[in-house]
Amino acid sequence: MTDESQIDAVIPAASLVAEAADSAELSSFTPRGGQTQVIIDVARDDYPAVVHAALDAGYETFTDLCAVDHLAREPRFDVVVNLLSQQYGERLRIKVGLSNEDPSLASITTIYAGADFYERETWDLFGIVFDGHPDLSRLLMPDEWEGHPLRKDFQVGAIPVEFKATR
Amino acid sequence: MSDDAPTDEEAPLPASGGTPPKGGRDSDERRRVHDLWVAGTEEPSWVATATDEGAQELLPEDLDPALATQRGVAVVDDYGEQPRLDDEELQVLNMGPQHPATHGVLRLQIELEGETIRRVKPIIGYLHTGMEKTGETLTFMQGGTNVTRMDYLSPFHNELCFALATEQLLDVDIPERAQAIRILMTELNRVASHLIWLATFGLDIGALSMMLYGWREREVVLEFFEKVTGLRMNHNYIRAGGVAADLPEGWEADVEHIIDIVRTGLADYEALLNENPIFIERTQGIGVITPAEVHAYGVTGANARAAGVEYDVRKVFPYSGIERYEFDVPVGEHGDAFDRYIVRMEEMRQSLHIVEQVVETMPPGDYRTDDRKVTPPPRQRIDESMEALIHHFKLFTSGFEVPAGEVYQAVESPRGELGMYVVSKGGTRPWRLHVRTPSFATVQALPVMMTDLLVADVIATLASLDPVLGDVDR
Repeated sequence: MTDESQIDAVIPAASLVAEAADSAELSSFTPRGGQTQVIIDVARDDYPAVVHAALDAGYETFTDLCAVDHLAREPRFDVVVNLLSQQYGERLRIKVGLSNEDPSLASITTIYAGADFYERETWDLFGIVFDGHPDLSRLLMPDEWEGHPLRKDFQVGAIPVEFKATR
Repeated sequence: MSDDAPTDEEAPLPASGGTPPKGGRDSDERRRVHDLWVAGTEEPSWVATATDEGAQELLPEDLDPALATQRGVAVVDDYGEQPRLDDEELQVLNMGPQHPATHGVLRLQIELEGETIRRVKPIIGYLHTGMEKTGETLTFMQGGTNVTRMDYLSPFHNELCFALATEQLLDVDIPERAQAIRILMTELNRVASHLIWLATFGLDIGALSMMLYGWREREVVLEFFEKVTGLRMNHNYIRAGGVAADLPEGWEADVEHIIDIVRTGLADYEALLNENPIFIERTQGIGVITPAEVHAYGVTGANARAAGVEYDVRKVFPYSGIERYEFDVPVGEHGDAFDRYIVRMEEMRQSLHIVEQVVETMPPGDYRTDDRKVTPPPRQRIDESMEALIHHFKLFTSGFEVPAGEVYQAVESPRGELGMYVVSKGGTRPWRLHVRTPSFATVQALPVMMTDLLVADVIATLASLDPVLGDVDR
């Protein structure tokens, strides 16, 4: 982890994004032989503002949105957004913690149109509701599917498969 | 319903594992076969009737809606908004999931006004096999066998991405020879993948001979892969710590043979296509995407570069020593199907150029790290030392432990930026393995490219984008 002043020098765009909200915390680390990973942790209420600030700061490319189920941790879920600035050659990861009781988050489809499928996938596989998404429906699993398979309490192989009707 | 109906309700189908109830059903009530029915009718009208053929007794009736959706026979307009049904010219065309030109099992719901496309909705998930979930149950050592099957046309890129992510968490150094072998294999894979793309692109827009040529040349590359890894596809060759085996004797001659064959081939294809009026007519100005849309939808790779967006992971975030080699990034201008063709053709030449440099500068040394944390002891040591044998056994049964942490690693796959986000909690298995696949973003952007085109251009657009459905659905 580096301190704030160092980050300012290296990644001005990311610190600009972190200034958009009080709850935003900037951190970064560089794995050996890898790229510097810049992460902003943000509270749920400030999330759309921070994503918007990221677009304004020059992170023009939407790369990825996914979730992580930490199960025993509180908050249980992390929603992770990956953005890319081609002009600065920098990536930015925005993380929001969500509780088990209320796994919902504002949709960012109005900021990055590409979040559409990714939010649908995250709803499908994790059951995280994105408020304001135009068409939040199952994407990968069949429409009739029950449960959200990438949650850690969704067991592998718990679904009976019948290839043939029995008499 | 006969008198046996109540018996049915008392003894429903067993969920799983249990023994089926005996003698509950007579022949009249035997499950009927229902392969086809008319969509939109209240009650499905069965075409086929009861049969005693065992295998044809399919799923229970209560699963029918699911089955219909999966097969794509139930045409339900599930747009987010209401369709404009008042216009008599509007009709919904359901293309796929078994359409030959969808390159897999993609389903497009196309709303047509005459022959003009007004709206497109891509419906995916037909090939979803829960590989991210599977990835959580496999160790980091086994994980390669899983990820290599995602994008089946560029298995080496998937393996490389997973290996690089794991190595960053592990903090191990990779020998230069292993890095060079990785670049050699991934760049050859890019050529093979683009050849398949060219073959199917030609096939889809009517240049049937192109398909034969593309497949023929790709075969030479796959033969080399088989020689090196033992398999034509799904190699699990690039692993954390290096590669599975050193290159075979005489590999330089094989690679030079590939370079010759493909270079000659490329010149032939261009003679065949570049000035072909039908080809130009069917591709120029078709499926246009603008740089702003490229950014917003996260479209990467040749599709983005054809629109003038000069972004290549190999240049911006170099990996595995690719920065040591000289190559150009071809960029298009119009963002249409023709520019995507031009960009991919040049990419193949550049990849061959990289491969040439790898052959010239292949460093000597080990093909995998000597870090015993990830690399098993040499065969010879296993004969001498009980500890080495135990270590070998432990490594392949329980795997190696990866320190807690999270990392996002991207490589430039033939389809664009392939990223893996790996979260480890300090065990031998990843806590979470998320794969950001390039085809997923491309398929998402299909409506942008297809709206207001003619229905015949759907195929040309889709084929020019090179989506792999295994990559989309995972």
